[in-house]
Amino acid sequence: MPDHPRVALFVTCLVDLFRPAVGFAAVDLLEAAGCTVEVPAAQTCCGQPAFNSGDRATSEALARRLIEAFAGYDYVVAPSGSCAGMLRRHLPELFDGEPELRRRAEDLASRSYELVSFLVNVMGMERVAVRLDAVATYHDGCSGLRELGIKREPRRLLATVEGLKLVEMADGEVCCGFGGTFCVKYPAISTRMVSDKAAAIAATGAELVLAGDMGCLLNIAGRLKRTGSSVKARHVAEVLAGAVTTPAIGEA
Amino acid sequence: MEATPLAFADRASAALDDPVLQTALAGIRTGWVAGRQRAAERLPEFEALRDLGRDIKDHTLACLDLYLEAFEANVTACGGTVHWARDAAEARVLVLELCRAAGARTVTKSKSMISEEIGLNPFLEAHGIVPVETDLGEYILQIAGQPPSHIVGPAIHMTKDAVADLFARHHGGERRETAADLVAEARRILRERYLAADVGITGANFLVAETGSVVTVTNEGNAELTQGLPRTHIVIASLEKLVPTMADAFTLLRLLARSATGQEFSAYTTVLTGPKRPGDRDGPEAFHVVLLDNGRTQMLGSELRAMLRCIRCGACMNHCPVYLAAGGHAYGWVYPGPMGSVLTPQLVGIERAWPLPNASTFCGRCEEVCPVRIPLPGLMRFWREEQFRRRLVPPTARHGLKLWGFLARRPVLYRLVTGIAARLLAKLARGGRLAKLPLAEGWTATRDLPAPQGRTFMSQWRARGGHR
Repeated sequence: MPDHPRVALFVTCLVDLFRPAVGFAAVDLLEAAGCTVEVPAAQTCCGQPAFNSGDRATSEALARRLIEAFAGYDYVVAPSGSCAGMLRRHLPELFDGEPELRRRAEDLASRSYELVSFLVNVMGMERVAVRLDAVATYHDGCSGLRELGIKREPRRLLATVEGLKLVEMADGEVCCGFGGTFCVKYPAISTRMVSDKAAAIAATGAELVLAGDMGCLLNIAGRLKRTGSSVKARHVAEVLAGAVTTPAIGEA
Repeated sequence: MEATPLAFADRASAALDDPVLQTALAGIRTGWVAGRQRAAERLPEFEALRDLGRDIKDHTLACLDLYLEAFEANVTACGGTVHWARDAAEARVLVLELCRAAGARTVTKSKSMISEEIGLNPFLEAHGIVPVETDLGEYILQIAGQPPSHIVGPAIHMTKDAVADLFARHHGGERRETAADLVAEARRILRERYLAADVGITGANFLVAETGSVVTVTNEGNAELTQGLPRTHIVIASLEKLVPTMADAFTLLRLLARSATGQEFSAYTTVLTGPKRPGDRDGPEAFHVVLLDNGRTQMLGSELRAMLRCIRCGACMNHCPVYLAAGGHAYGWVYPGPMGSVLTPQLVGIERAWPLPNASTFCGRCEEVCPVRIPLPGLMRFWREEQFRRRLVPPTARHGLKLWGFLARRPVLYRLVTGIAARLLAKLARGGRLAKLPLAEGWTATRDLPAPQGRTFMSQWRARGGHR
């Protein structure tokens, strides 16, 4: 590994649109870890909405663009387990019949990482130098947890945030009910799932819920706010980068 | 039974408003889910055993023709007969003819999902033969006139009180309150049925090629009484129940109960090989196996092949947050949960079942617990691709997806549109969130939509000249 690897930040569409602060926090963390960060302008979306909706042609077309946009970087890092899972686990299978593209997709997959696991497992980050006096609970997004095996990495870095106490929620490995288009295709079931999740979060007594995926966070924060909960929601990168002066998700 | 998966969303909504059903479903989390977890932790080689189970099934499927022929030869050598049924209709007729040849008026049945798949009970009834379910859950459902809602615990959706009411109504006499009394009442009635039956029909958990044996597991011993007491025993099973050897069957049995209920082994495991031999004290005089294809050979040659590894443990549904919210009846046919969302479109047609493979957040828990590592989310995605290809996706969703795909392929235009959207949504927000948004009622009816912060990341990054 080079001393200062050249890292392409894959901003992800939800961070780009809803919460740019997460993108800037990711840049700060990557630079603090010694990376040279660039943000390729040709990126848009990982294509997962099309992939999971059965629109293979669109997901292939987007995958080809990603392969071009992220060519030549040492690593591609996304502040999302879901988008990183799309790159690492699913991109190559889109090109089963095309050996050259498959090879390039596998190459991209092997260079792609979710932000926090990249910081810990690749850059060897052991601690962050920030303080936050709060009790927080951490929600494991399903793709990060089960497709990428990310569980200890965010907890490990959060444990070094001065003043932060991390408590675990019940049924922590159960989905929050977001599921991309699932939440609008089956709103009643999705609402039940996110209500169960909000109840589990509330039961911990934490004042803050953290996660590594904006999809889960929009869903969880949206339900917490609708039900009048005072629990705040933030992306884990915001806390690790000490960027907690902006209002929490769904607040002003 | 008529397949009605198209009504999934409405049925799921009704299920969510049914407090009795929700209480019953909550029991799965504390019972079977916790049980599986403990059983897996107690067995150090559990994960290696899952690999082995997957490999046994994959090998069997790769050589299925050979093992089917070996199974038939060995059943025949033991004095039994194998009958081949291409589809549900053929299987029903075969079973009816075998019952008629035995002069049957009543038949006892132990639990068989294949019987449900081919709609055997109504067919036998229509032809003057009385089927009696002997699995307690199936017995309850038969007198209640309901289909199963779970492949292992068919009456899991019912509470003890509901069963007490049902028994009092159906059996007459005083209403019994305790589980033990209810079981005793069912047992008393079923004992007479076992002795009166002319034919016993069972399913199979495994068919063993090397011996021609049929392996069944139950927790009630009802399969043993069903297959051992009447003069004729008919097994109905689908092709993928085959395993090469008895050792393979027992490897898979070590996974089955642990994955299903958290038991190390079911209370009863029976290996039956052929009819009663001269000198045997019990067993059926005639032994028939009806082997059902019904789409399996087609699956064998398709992307769905891995689904044929399934050993029907139910772990996927027990761990599925959608199943646990909606219950099994919402799925509208025989097989619910993730395995049903893969199988049902194959068996009734994707055009009649497309809501099912969409009823998943792809959270991956089903694949995580499947004892034979079936990639269930990937197989549901296969069906979503079929649905999209056959234009079964509702037009608004299809057009929305196309528009989004059009933009996402054009970064400059995409930046323009997302930039406008971000600023517009931020302006419309009150207190950092939107309580209502046109075309997004599915979200905003029960959740606020956190508002964008304002300008997109990409526009801010560009404005700063590509630096922090």
